[in-house]
Amino acid sequence: MNKEHIKLSATAAKLWFGTKQVLKNVTVAFPENKITALIGPSGCGKSTLLRCFNRMHDLSPDARIEGKFLLEEQNLYKGNLTATAVRRRIGMVFQQANPFPKSIYEKINYGLKINDIPKHERPAIIENALKESYIWDEVKDDLQKPATKLSGGQQQRLCIARTVALRPEVILMDEPCSALDPISTSKVEELILKLKKDYTIVIVTHNMQQAQRIADKTVFMYLGEIIEAGDTHQLFNKPQQEMTGNYVKGHFG
Amino acid sequence: MQLATREKIDNAAKLLFRMTGLMVIAILAGILLMLLWNTAAFFLKVKPFDFITGTQWNPSGSPAIYGMLPLLVSTSLVTFGAMCIAIPLGIGTASFLSDYAGKKLKSILKPAIEMLASVPSVAIGFLGIVVLGPGIAGMTGQSNGLNALNGAILLAIMSLPTIITVTQDALEGVPNAYKEASYSVGANRWQTLILVTIPAAAPGILAAIMLGVGRAIGETMTVLMATGNVSAFPKGFFHSVRTMTATIAIEMGEVPYQTTHYYGLFAIAAVLFLMTLLVNVVGEYFVNKYRKYQAA
Ligand SMILES: Nc1ncnc2c1ncn2[C@@H]1O[C@H](COP(=O)(O)OP(=O)(O)OP(=O)(O)O)[C@@H](O)[C@H]1O
Ligand SMILES: [Mg+2]
Repeated sequence: MNKEHIKLSATAAKLWFGTKQVLKNVTVAFPENKITALIGPSGCGKSTLLRCFNRMHDLSPDARIEGKFLLEEQNLYKGNLTATAVRRRIGMVFQQANPFPKSIYEKINYGLKINDIPKHERPAIIENALKESYIWDEVKDDLQKPATKLSGGQQQRLCIARTVALRPEVILMDEPCSALDPISTSKVEELILKLKKDYTIVIVTHNMQQAQRIADKTVFMYLGEIIEAGDTHQLFNKPQQEMTGNYVKGHFG
Repeated sequence: MQLATREKIDNAAKLLFRMTGLMVIAILAGILLMLLWNTAAFFLKVKPFDFITGTQWNPSGSPAIYGMLPLLVSTSLVTFGAMCIAIPLGIGTASFLSDYAGKKLKSILKPAIEMLASVPSVAIGFLGIVVLGPGIAGMTGQSNGLNALNGAILLAIMSLPTIITVTQDALEGVPNAYKEASYSVGANRWQTLILVTIPAAAPGILAAIMLGVGRAIGETMTVLMATGNVSAFPKGFFHSVRTMTATIAIEMGEVPYQTTHYYGLFAIAAVLFLMTLLVNVVGEYFVNKYRKYQAA
């Protein structure tokens, strides 16, 4: 737990939607090959912070961002780095498995097509991504089946497969299990734990048990600020801030 | 006392509006009956097959010839031309409005487009005679530019507002999650639009196209003014044509009452009615399908 290599970081990050400030001076760092959980009450800006890293806010015209966002040494908003190049290196898994009616194969193929990966390489990459995401055995018999026919948990693992197929360095996950039953959740968690050796993972969750089960580090946010960040065990059991203690014990939020 | 008065007013209002509602149905039924009745009268004298496939419309000749194919082809030609222009432009503009335009530009463009829809067709017809006509004539070296192309361009302008508005609604109805999932794998706006947003909005866009086609088929005044009104069999976009609507409008005023010619105009109207009905039904079907899709 000492001397970690920092993969992704934000320094003095501020974000406004119109005149409303949602992130107020956020400084946070995510170590490489670790899982960091982002917790905090609804509306505190977790998703907003996460989306700063893959430049999703570029798409909303009324969002204004300040601060420094680094992937390794690379400033994500400076120089001639395009948003699409950033998103290629920083993948994202959403809260709801994207219900776009496409086949399982096509769902992963889409990202490969977009990124100009040669046609003949794609089948192998797709198979590999599905295997890596521990869903291959469940879908290998019919890859042309509509993805919407899969269970919620399978769809979510498929979304993870779509993300890993592009070999990003960081995977951002925004409440990936909030729509899943306990069994699917544990499968997805198992997968996330296995992915950690190859990827740096940031996961937003409202589930305190989940954070404790899978996260090495936990960051607690409140009203657009980081209240406390540290090793998961310490943050849950010996929080430095009273507010953190209250939140993780379920006394507010 | 006061309560009783209010009750009376209330009842009177209810009665009035119920009657209005019933009257709409009555008028619709009346029109339909009138069309059918007169069409039937026409078909007693001219065989339906000859009417539809006849290549000459010459009711004042001797013998009079009632072949509506040139009119049908004229209408189809002008409508087809209009859609060739309006569909790509409309979808493009709608995409621009929904995905690219900034708030400010949008707040100017949106009302402007809606205003275009309220320009009277006679005024658009002027545009055809005064601006487009000489323009086309100049470019093609013809004596005048009143032809199918002129009408097609005008009809395109007239159906654009509908196509743009309905398409834009369809595009904006596509769940954000679809687009974000596409962006998150590194797709740019253009790729997302072509590969995700437009396919997802396809039923709504088809509905928009159908509404546009319906508008173009039924339009009378503009084509009457701009297409030259030559009832010979149309030879192409650079020739004058005479649509079904224009024929009815021109000839209805001078035709003697209850003659074959008179009935024939009703028969044209009946065919026109069938065509727009078909287009509307298909459009409506897609709109409903789209709504269901949205709710799912
Ligand atoms: N596109 C937007 N435009 C305007 N305000 C927004 C936008 N997105 C988020 N907000 C606001 O920013 C604040 C933070 O939202 P955010 O989604 O980051 O919260 P969150 O911590 O992820 O909450 P939850 O746990 O409910 O997902 C909220 O008050 C929200 O209303
Ligand atoms: Mg959120």
